[in-house]
Amino acid sequence: MLAFMIRRIIQSIIVMFVVALISFLLFRFVGDPVNQMVGIETTPEQREALRDKLGLNDPVIMQFFGFIKGAAQFDFGVSYQFKRPVAQMIAERAPATLELSLMSAIFALLVGIPMGVYTGLKRNSILSKFFLTVSLVGISLPTFLIGILLIYIFAVQLQVLPSFGRGEVVDIGFWSTGLLTVSGLKALILPSITLGLFQMTLIMRLVRAEMLEVMRTDYIKFARARGLSRTAINFGHALKNTLVPVITITGLQLGSVIAFAIITETVFSWPGMGLLFLHSVQNVDIPIMAAYLMLIGFLFVMINLIVDLLYVAVDPRIRVSGVSQ
Amino acid sequence: MKLNSLKKMLLTSTLVLGMGMGAATAETLKFAFQGTLKSLDPYSLNETFTLGTLGNVYEGLTRRDGDLNIEPALATSWEVLEPTRWRFHLRQGVKFHQGGDFNADDVIFSAERVRAEGSDLTTRIPADAKFVKVDDYTVDVVLTSPNPILHYEWETWVMLDKEWTEANDSVAVTSASDDSASAISLETNGTGPFMISSHDTGVSTTFVPNADWWDSASHNLTSAVFTTIGSDATRVAALLSGELDMVYPVPVQDLKRVSDNATTTALTGPELRTIFLGMDQMRDELLYSNIKGKNPFKDVRVRKAFYQAIDIEAIKLKIMRNLSTPSAIMISPFLFSKSGDFQRFPYDIEASKSLLAEAGYPEGFEVGMDCPNDRYVNDEAICQAVTGMLAKVGIKVNLNAQPKSKYFAKVLASNGYDTSFYLLGWTPGSLDSWNVLTNLHGCRDETGAGGPFNLGGYCNPEVDALSAKILTENDPAVRDDLIAQAFKMTTDEVSHIPLHQQGLAWGVSNDVELKQRADNVFSLRYVTKN
Repeated sequence: MLAFMIRRIIQSIIVMFVVALISFLLFRFVGDPVNQMVGIETTPEQREALRDKLGLNDPVIMQFFGFIKGAAQFDFGVSYQFKRPVAQMIAERAPATLELSLMSAIFALLVGIPMGVYTGLKRNSILSKFFLTVSLVGISLPTFLIGILLIYIFAVQLQVLPSFGRGEVVDIGFWSTGLLTVSGLKALILPSITLGLFQMTLIMRLVRAEMLEVMRTDYIKFARARGLSRTAINFGHALKNTLVPVITITGLQLGSVIAFAIITETVFSWPGMGLLFLHSVQNVDIPIMAAYLMLIGFLFVMINLIVDLLYVAVDPRIRVSGVSQ
Repeated sequence: MKLNSLKKMLLTSTLVLGMGMGAATAETLKFAFQGTLKSLDPYSLNETFTLGTLGNVYEGLTRRDGDLNIEPALATSWEVLEPTRWRFHLRQGVKFHQGGDFNADDVIFSAERVRAEGSDLTTRIPADAKFVKVDDYTVDVVLTSPNPILHYEWETWVMLDKEWTEANDSVAVTSASDDSASAISLETNGTGPFMISSHDTGVSTTFVPNADWWDSASHNLTSAVFTTIGSDATRVAALLSGELDMVYPVPVQDLKRVSDNATTTALTGPELRTIFLGMDQMRDELLYSNIKGKNPFKDVRVRKAFYQAIDIEAIKLKIMRNLSTPSAIMISPFLFSKSGDFQRFPYDIEASKSLLAEAGYPEGFEVGMDCPNDRYVNDEAICQAVTGMLAKVGIKVNLNAQPKSKYFAKVLASNGYDTSFYLLGWTPGSLDSWNVLTNLHGCRDETGAGGPFNLGGYCNPEVDALSAKILTENDPAVRDDLIAQAFKMTTDEVSHIPLHQQGLAWGVSNDVELKQRADNVFSLRYVTKN
């Protein structure tokens, strides 16, 4: 078990290293940060001096190891644009993204599961067909279009929900939350739906497929034969057995919800990490880009690591082969 | 400690203001721009939005009104004692937001700091100008050569409090390469009509009025909240839904929606920025062309043929939706009194074709074009249109449109002016022609010395000689004549192909009145909200 864990952790470190290397190589192609840092009248000499000071003239390999050294100590340097420590900026923006991701995951589960159950049980009803059509829209329309559509309907036409920002936030220690104010909660609605729509569709289809499967099994038939109530069969026995894959998928998807909040955050001007990242790409703010990519890489590596370790805990066969090698 | 005293001060000032206004309701202006307010240090970035927004907080010796006329600010008056000696009389009794007094020492300190290492505004004052304190409220500026436009850019060279800046370890300019933030990049201490009460980097900034401002306030705001909204669609939606009172810029395709909406207006006007095309006239062989061994752009007939192939009215109508002013010279007509004397070469495909034939290219040729796609209004669409128009006279343009970060990295001096044909925009920071003549027309070497933004390397020593004269000529009438002569030469030789002044487009709620400055600066001091 221990050997397996150590091996997995070493593998994770290698993956992080490769992520760092690839992202670092990509920065060579995003443009010149110095142009974004100074006004247009700045002379070429001044630009060159700045380039020197930033270390952009050092060999790439030197820059890379400098970055790795800093990153190992959680020091990602200072943003070119904002002149503030990157770690601090990301920490400030993280609550916005995490709250948004959490709310969208809750939305996806709370709406997706009942819809999945319903469409699984009543395959031929009009409502089921309607749900399935809606879910197709959720899968096929790009996120930014859904966001703009929602803004147009609920902010511009009906004027009931805000079109941008987090509303009023309350600071609790280092965490700024929008969950405690009315305007904060209202501001969460549209972005959460936008971000969660795809996951909702996924969960709904998953639950539906599992339900169809489970409803055919013998124990459901026996339960019916025993005269259990419909609710008890559908929700007590059938649904419970469909939830294992749903939980796995939701857990895995949480990583991508956080990572792909970028587009939703841009459309709603949501001050989270994704928006910060997008601005930094436009402005070639390499320290922020590097730190964000590392963070997202770390997130995925961690999720996969946990999943792997859980499998070990659950499945003795992996444990045995892990030890034997 | 420091922050606490600031908060207290802000609190008292809002209280005082609240009492003064009696039962007036709180008027909060909410506005949004596409970009972010970066460092709060007013010397670290020479960019219109940053400087213009900080101009609500900090003030220079002079300022510009809603129509860009220079008016006294922290200097009450000034005179030119002799051509190389200017005297500035400072306003007395002005206090900085954090309590310090404004006097001559602050001016001298600011003059040194703005020219210090790390400052992005070193061009505001000639490097060899000396600032001499005559008494506490009089400062002389001693120049090595006459300079009639000395104070043209001084609105954005703002005054700092020497004592406060020194006490807060902020003497060094917050440079782009610094790895720690100093006090002055996170908080402000100006003399202007507004103070910054909170600044959430890259997200939003809140302004509150300065009750002790030396000038009488013409606005009626009790606070103003600035938010960055990068997405065009969201910015416009937030205005239409009434969540915001003012947004800029509004994309040209959304102007109709904004003006058709019952509660909002689209404010448009010509901007000072001139959009133009440039051609590499320096290399002996173009980098991106099928013509080898020679450079067709060295021939003025080819440059003129390109010029006459462009249907500027079509660009105005179809791409800019009428929100542009076709331009005959490289500076906005607002900034040069004799610009009316100039006219565009007419759009004429036949003339263009025969010019190409005369120059020895009857079948045309191929050329690569560089173009930004996120810098100017509809920049990529303009380039595509130009590509199509040139195709009609046999020129095959291979368009390379890229984000500004990549575009500028390719075509500027730092990369050896790697371009053959490009689109660029220019606003002279000093609002004066000399800036245009040196930066865009001055003869340069490979590293850019002489005319750093003359990407095509146009060179005419006579123009250079004229621009040297223009720099030191004190008589405005003579000076304008010299400028006209210089522009006559450059337009005759088709140094560049000016296209148009792009339009300003602001979206404003009908509850708000404001002044739209042609340099795209939004001054809170003119805003009233009902």
